[in-house]
Amino acid sequence: MDRFTTLTGIAAPLPLVNVDTDMIIPKQFLKTIRRTGLGRNLFDEMRFTEDGREIADFVLNRPPYRKAEILVAGENFGCGSSREHAPWALLDFGIRCVIAPSFADIFHSNCFKNGILPVVLPQEAVDHLMEDAGRGANARLTVDLVAQTVTASDGRVFAFEVDPFRKHCLLEGLDDIGLTMEKVAAIDAFEARAAAARPWL
Amino acid sequence: MTQPRTLYDKIWDDHVVDRQPDGTCLIYIDRHLVHEVTSPQAFEGLRLAGRPVRCPEKTIAVPDHNVPTTWDREAGIANEESRIQVETLDRNARDFAIHYYPVSDIRQGIVHIIGPEQGWTLPGMTIVCGDSHTATHGAFGALAHGIGTSEVEHVLATQTLIQSKSRNMRVEVTGSLGPGVTAKDITLSVIAATGTAGGTGHVIEYAGEAIRALSMEGRMTVCNMAIEGGARAGLIAPDDKTFDYVRGRPHAPKGARWEAAMAYWKTLQSDPGARFDKVVTLRAEAIAPVVTWGTSPEDAVAITGVVPHPEEFHGGKVEAARRSLDYMGLVPGTRMTDVAVDAVFIGSCTNGRIEDLRAAAAILRGRRVAPGVRAMVVPGSGLVRLQAEEEGLDAVFRGAGFEWRLAGCSMCLGMNPDQLAPGERCAATSNRNFEGRMGRGGRTHLMSPARAAAAAVTGRLADVRSLA
Ligand code: SF4
Repeated sequence: MDRFTTLTGIAAPLPLVNVDTDMIIPKQFLKTIRRTGLGRNLFDEMRFTEDGREIADFVLNRPPYRKAEILVAGENFGCGSSREHAPWALLDFGIRCVIAPSFADIFHSNCFKNGILPVVLPQEAVDHLMEDAGRGANARLTVDLVAQTVTASDGRVFAFEVDPFRKHCLLEGLDDIGLTMEKVAAIDAFEARAAAARPWL
Repeated sequence: MTQPRTLYDKIWDDHVVDRQPDGTCLIYIDRHLVHEVTSPQAFEGLRLAGRPVRCPEKTIAVPDHNVPTTWDREAGIANEESRIQVETLDRNARDFAIHYYPVSDIRQGIVHIIGPEQGWTLPGMTIVCGDSHTATHGAFGALAHGIGTSEVEHVLATQTLIQSKSRNMRVEVTGSLGPGVTAKDITLSVIAATGTAGGTGHVIEYAGEAIRALSMEGRMTVCNMAIEGGARAGLIAPDDKTFDYVRGRPHAPKGARWEAAMAYWKTLQSDPGARFDKVVTLRAEAIAPVVTWGTSPEDAVAITGVVPHPEEFHGGKVEAARRSLDYMGLVPGTRMTDVAVDAVFIGSCTNGRIEDLRAAAAILRGRRVAPGVRAMVVPGSGLVRLQAEEEGLDAVFRGAGFEWRLAGCSMCLGMNPDQLAPGERCAATSNRNFEGRMGRGGRTHLMSPARAAAAAVTGRLADVRSLA
């Protein structure tokens, strides 16, 4: 996993609530057995007509946002299915950070496993950044994970909270499985205790 | 004295392997369910790292999302990507020696239906699956939730998951349901009341007389959609109905082990005075039979109601409602019972169990599907299908003009050929009415099995009470 420290880039505004993972990556693209290559189908049904032509007014088809690295969205972003294809598609497109008033649990956790930072900010802050994002290439946002801040193009700074352990893993690009493998003795001990206490398992 | 604990607290406490100073825990996983869509990259990760599956005996795999549900499916899967995905699971199950129910096995079915059916799902367990509807298993008083593919790999490799504890939420449904009102109406009404983000960060315990009165099938329907309410998991404390359901299942404990398990399972209740961070109470008498009008599961309205105006909502929901109505092709103020349907789908992990098929068949007996309506019933598992055939339900469905299919997820998400055409409107017993979920441009109205059957015979969304 790539590390995430700071990111300055173009933010694409997506002012919709309840953006679900079926929208982010429709089911016909879940048939892959790989993690890569999903970027071209990110938001497929909103981005392309049925015969594959670009829908001109969808945000990621507009010139400055084709290079967006940040997405600003409405509440409950990433609800629905647990498909990790959603963060894989975002990442493959080039998006490393999503800012929203709230996220669905599984999507939120999937982001951290893939080097994407989901930033939760109050609605009012998101509204400000959404407006900022609307100004395209003239308005780059800076997301600083170390300082836990998002800086708008007008210099306004918004602080966000992040789970310390997840922050640490993201900053260092750590692999969860490797970390857990170091605790194998504790897992062995747990299994022995559980086998005695709940022998039917 | 120890602090009173919730059911969630108890299951959590019994599965903590390690706790870091910041509160992040390593949680042990008792059962890991696997399907073909969210697992290939996880197994590939294991191979690349040269890691084995730590507990193959606790890992159960089944293909369900991509499998054809037509009677000729033994001939193979026509779509190449789907075929490769199922073959990849075949190979991974064999190579890593995990329990497996291939397409050819009569026990194959939707993963959340066969877990309970085979007795893999037991009270007090931690259960995960790379699938958000894992919440279904919470009906047994198991802590069950969906995970992403990286976590699937983590569980395969370590039998644990890195987790922070969620908050406790209690949804109490008091009193008793009116006639024609079902578990599906409870779960949709709870989501309508709390919103699709109402449960975010929480584990919901469903309680109250109306929940107690539900069968295990009904409880599974309720917990299945906990995720649609944003919750990490849904739970219902186990009771005699739970034990009766579990007893004698192929993988349920037997003999002295059963007795020991029962003694433990009976402790699995929230203590009096246990603290919940959030409490929502609904009166069962106030729950109407509902259908959804929009593209979010929270968009439920009484079947006797009308399509709402976007202006009735607040904030971002105004725009979302406008977009939904546009997508759904609905005009505000239209009576729900005036909305004509093109298709009917009965099945899915929400409502693909035997009791659901019985409820739908009861409406269909002696009736015919309205002209021009395409109606399909997809049992949740091969064994549900067999049971239904033994009871003669297949004849009822077929006689009414329904297609009688083999088990799988089918049209619930249309990864196999069972899909809606653009603009087609469907009365569905599944759990998601998202844009494009059942096929690009397809329009989904969620409801209970009996109401879907009523829609099939009237050709419109219908109040089943007018047919009963
Ligand atoms: S039936 Fe639908 S919701 Fe259930 S597991 Fe299958 S695709 Fe998911």
